[in-house]
Amino acid sequence: MKENILLSFQSILNHRLRSLLTMLGIIIGIASIITIVSTIKGTNEQIKSNLIGSGNNVVTVSLSSVEGYYDPEYSEIPNNVRICTEKDRKELLSLSGVKDAALYLQRTWSEGVFFRNNSFSGKVVGADINYLSVYGYRLDKGRGFISEDFTARRKVVIVESTVVASLFEGEDPIGQTLEIKGEPFTVVGIVSPGNETKLKIETPEDYYMYNQNSSGTLFVPIDCWPVLYRYDEPPMVAIKSASTDTMTVAGTNAANALNKNLVTGENYKYTAVDIQEQASQIQEFTSSTNRQLIWIAGISLLVGGIGVMNIMLVSVTERTREIGLKKAIGAKKKRILLQFLTEAGVLTFLGGLIGVLAGIGFSFLLSGLIGTPTAISFPACLIAVVFSIVIGVVFGLIPAVKASNLNPIDALRRD
Amino acid sequence: MILRMHDICKDFPLGEGTIRILDHINLEVEEGSYLAIMGPSGSGKTTLMNLIGCLDVPTSGEYELAGRTITNCSDDELAEIRNKEIGFVFQSFNLLPKMSALENVALPLLYGNVKKAERLERARAALETVGLSNRVDFMPEQMSGGQCQRAAIARAIVGGPSLLLADEPTGALDSASGKQVMKLFDALHKQGATIIMITHDHTIASYADHTLSIFDGQLSDVGKGGRYEEE
Repeated sequence: MKENILLSFQSILNHRLRSLLTMLGIIIGIASIITIVSTIKGTNEQIKSNLIGSGNNVVTVSLSSVEGYYDPEYSEIPNNVRICTEKDRKELLSLSGVKDAALYLQRTWSEGVFFRNNSFSGKVVGADINYLSVYGYRLDKGRGFISEDFTARRKVVIVESTVVASLFEGEDPIGQTLEIKGEPFTVVGIVSPGNETKLKIETPEDYYMYNQNSSGTLFVPIDCWPVLYRYDEPPMVAIKSASTDTMTVAGTNAANALNKNLVTGENYKYTAVDIQEQASQIQEFTSSTNRQLIWIAGISLLVGGIGVMNIMLVSVTERTREIGLKKAIGAKKKRILLQFLTEAGVLTFLGGLIGVLAGIGFSFLLSGLIGTPTAISFPACLIAVVFSIVIGVVFGLIPAVKASNLNPIDALRRD
Repeated sequence: MILRMHDICKDFPLGEGTIRILDHINLEVEEGSYLAIMGPSGSGKTTLMNLIGCLDVPTSGEYELAGRTITNCSDDELAEIRNKEIGFVFQSFNLLPKMSALENVALPLLYGNVKKAERLERARAALETVGLSNRVDFMPEQMSGGQCQRAAIARAIVGGPSLLLADEPTGALDSASGKQVMKLFDALHKQGATIIMITHDHTIASYADHTLSIFDGQLSDVGKGGRYEEE
């Protein structure tokens, strides 16, 4: 085999231009696939980084209807569901994968929030004392929630840093009074997300998915919520999991526990809204789109393979006399077959190798020029090279069989 | 007895029928013989050489080479016999142009699964035997016709075959180179090699100990070498 590989390299070097032209189809095909795969991987990693890589590892568990529509933000709690209490929250902490938990209520689109003449239409959260730490908020100024805020139902509000510019127009909000649904709330603190997420809003779908994050959020004590909205809304539960990998498990466990403890009947149930799952769905969408591109790139590989077969057939014809001589001096059929298969395999291996390098170069070039995210997948590179060899062997089979079946007498007679 | 052919016939298809090229050939060659087979074009001498060289199998008859019956061998068995028992010397040398003299000579040993170091050592020794020890790394294009044919002879003898089979060995050479090659065959014969040479050149045939003539597919004994030259 080693001899065959050496002979193959020798043969390729002897016909440099022809070999390069033969490899071109494979090079283009593999380079395209590597570029696409790198872009898919880059996009997926960007999505992951944007959505779940921020370090929150938080799964939201909320009540939903088994049949029909039920929005926990605007609906009262159904008859056969008990309100989730601090005791229920504490029970969740013992579940596998659950590191911390917080109860909260929210209005994604708020109304009636004013600072002087400025109105605010972002998110208002009725948070328990654990909420800010569960979501990993960092205190920029002032203070966070204290237990008296809850027990005394103090009308205090903590604002997200993005709200400072939009609602307070840069004025220091600490100590200022906000009007929420006609009630005066005093700003006591400013917080920022623990890890900044850099979301890219490029499509209307992206906008609807992420826009709640763009206007900023106000946090009021959950015990004040009845003053502002309803008395009987079912609190949602934010579950902080120990790691990104255990998010799904933690969410499912929490939902199951809440269903068991709080829900009777089959009409409503708590479900986990796993941001990792959302990320997976987006990744799946991106991947399936790009998978089609891989198929298209695969066609050029097929064309490349046919090119290899063509050249190998030419090579067999050209080297008929050589094959005749080798058979005359004792080369068996298998030896000739292996020689030509190895040659085709080595040719496409080199093509694949060059293609992988070109693909890596091209994906970085593309990333530099138009900003597409890129991440090189080394398993994909390895598979691409192995696949190239397989193409060579498959498409080299017919020429190799033809060579091995040559009659030495006829072959020696050929000029 | 190194070679024994008994009642060998070889037919080739022609149109709807067949044409008989070799007609009941009987041939026995003792070890250490130096035999020339002569005949005009179309007489069947190349077909006979192909059969002797195990490049083809007879239509009927029995053929034994170095104690093995060849008649019913498979392609791979024939290849092995060619590799182990026969050394071919062709009119047009048939050296591989992209390989050095040493690599060309070592090639049959590669197909005999001899290890690389031993292959190269034996190939060097064979080149030395034919007087080309100073052309080991030369490519065929860098050597004269005579040198190429000597390299081809080195390739033929490198595996220590039972039989050296030469097809018009001087056909592509000038007379001086031809003489050198024939002297080499002489020397090999004196060392004990069995040689069968196919030629239409009486002068070349005269180097052999014994000459056979083939005409219309039938073999006849002409006698001792040198007879044609004398006539």
